[in-house]
Amino acid sequence: MIGPMLISLVLLATTAGGDTLSSASLRDPVRANAPERVSPPTSSVILSDSEESEENIDIASIIFEHIGDEYEWHITQWKGKPIAIPLPCIVIDNGVHVFTAHHAAENGYAFNENGKLINAASGERPLDLSITKNVLALMMSSLLLLVIILLTARWYREHDALEEAPTGLAAAMEPLVMMVHNMARENIGEADYRKYSPYLCMAFLWILFNNFLGILPFFPGGANLTGNIAITLVLALCTFFTVNLTGTRHYYKDIFAPDVPVFLKPIMPVIEVFSALMKPVSLTIRLFANMLAGHIMILSMVCIIFIVAKYGPLLSGGMTVISVLFGVFLDALECLVAFIQAYVFTMLSSIYIGLARVHEE
Amino acid sequence: MNLVTPDFGLLFWMVVIFGIVFFLLAKFGFPIITDMVDKRSAKIAQSLKDADEIQARMAAWKVEQARMLEEARKEQSAILKEATETKARIVADAKAQAKEEADKILAEARVQIEAEKQSALADVRREVALLSVQVAEKVLRGELSDDGNQRAFIDKLVDEANQVPLNS
Repeated sequence: MIGPMLISLVLLATTAGGDTLSSASLRDPVRANAPERVSPPTSSVILSDSEESEENIDIASIIFEHIGDEYEWHITQWKGKPIAIPLPCIVIDNGVHVFTAHHAAENGYAFNENGKLINAASGERPLDLSITKNVLALMMSSLLLLVIILLTARWYREHDALEEAPTGLAAAMEPLVMMVHNMARENIGEADYRKYSPYLCMAFLWILFNNFLGILPFFPGGANLTGNIAITLVLALCTFFTVNLTGTRHYYKDIFAPDVPVFLKPIMPVIEVFSALMKPVSLTIRLFANMLAGHIMILSMVCIIFIVAKYGPLLSGGMTVISVLFGVFLDALECLVAFIQAYVFTMLSSIYIGLARVHEE
Repeated sequence: MNLVTPDFGLLFWMVVIFGIVFFLLAKFGFPIITDMVDKRSAKIAQSLKDADEIQARMAAWKVEQARMLEEARKEQSAILKEATETKARIVADAKAQAKEEADKILAEARVQIEAEKQSALADVRREVALLSVQVAEKVLRGELSDDGNQRAFIDKLVDEANQVPLNS
């Protein structure tokens, strides 16, 4: 969804200062980003805003729409018509109801102020298992990861890796997989790191793939998956359960009956349990906040162009150049952050697992 | 706020999809890759160790080889020396033996020659004595066929006999 924006951004940059920065060229990207009229009222606020005054752009709505979830995947605007992938809404509410967002009203559903489906009659939020934009992105990126890793594994199955150097996909994926594998060995220990290595590889590559797909401004990227708290929560809980369901006796002894002076005995378990519970929370928030902030920063940079458009060619031209430069910088930074956050999540997971695998000396 | 409240639908799908993909990859994906690469790393480490060992052994071999070469050279020179000595000895022996043999043959030959010579001389002497007797007989017979001659001859002999002490 950043795609059309970036394209028009480049166009604007090349013609910066010209009168072309009028409301015509301005309106188009705004519409592209503002949800279309038939779409669910995620956008009713924005819609009314942009109808009231073309010049006042609701930046917050634009940004939140980009980083949020939708019941259809809006790709771009073509000749005034939105191009979007309709996605099925699946609602379990006295039976399973499947419909597209356009037909929500016919099925007795409406959208609340957050753009979520609610039962039109009761106003209650039903059990909503809709294939939203994020779910579709999740499916596609997971499928991509699955295919890539299985193809890589196939290379190793069909070739004698002892005699041949890996080529193609295998050569590209091997360093990443082995980086995590070796990290697991270092942090968990020679004895049982092999059990945990697949999970850490999976977490790292999955986060990495989705981080980069999130930066990609056009379909099939652009969904803000790793910047969604539900996603990072599941990832962090995976680590949490891996750590706490496979911890050694010594690990639990350290939590509930540590070797400390007597007066600390009642306090330490409380602190330890709290710290164990805070670990997944910190994992969740770290990844979520970093990726979300990156998306917001890039989107803000792009939006600056449209905010300053009404202040005349000179200012808007200058600001366009600046925001393009900053946009490029932030995109590069986000590529770095995408890798670092995937790495940090995996690293911390492996350290937590390593801490839970302690043995009595 | 909307952003920080996890959406149940997404949570559900994430658990399902992540679970399925993790299950598949943990079974058919990552272990195959990591096992193979680990095996390869082990093999490379082993190869390096082997190479080091071989290098050490090669160095030892080189020392051994040099030592053997030196030994062979010493032996060679010893053999050569011995051979030269043997040759000289054989030649000397042969020479001595040949000389001895030759001397023996020469001595034998000389003895034989001497004997032959003696026998030949004896023969010649006997022949000459016979011949001279025969010649003297014939001469005497011719000359002494008559009395005058006999007388003359006797005279001559007497003369000769007289003259011999003068001459000698």
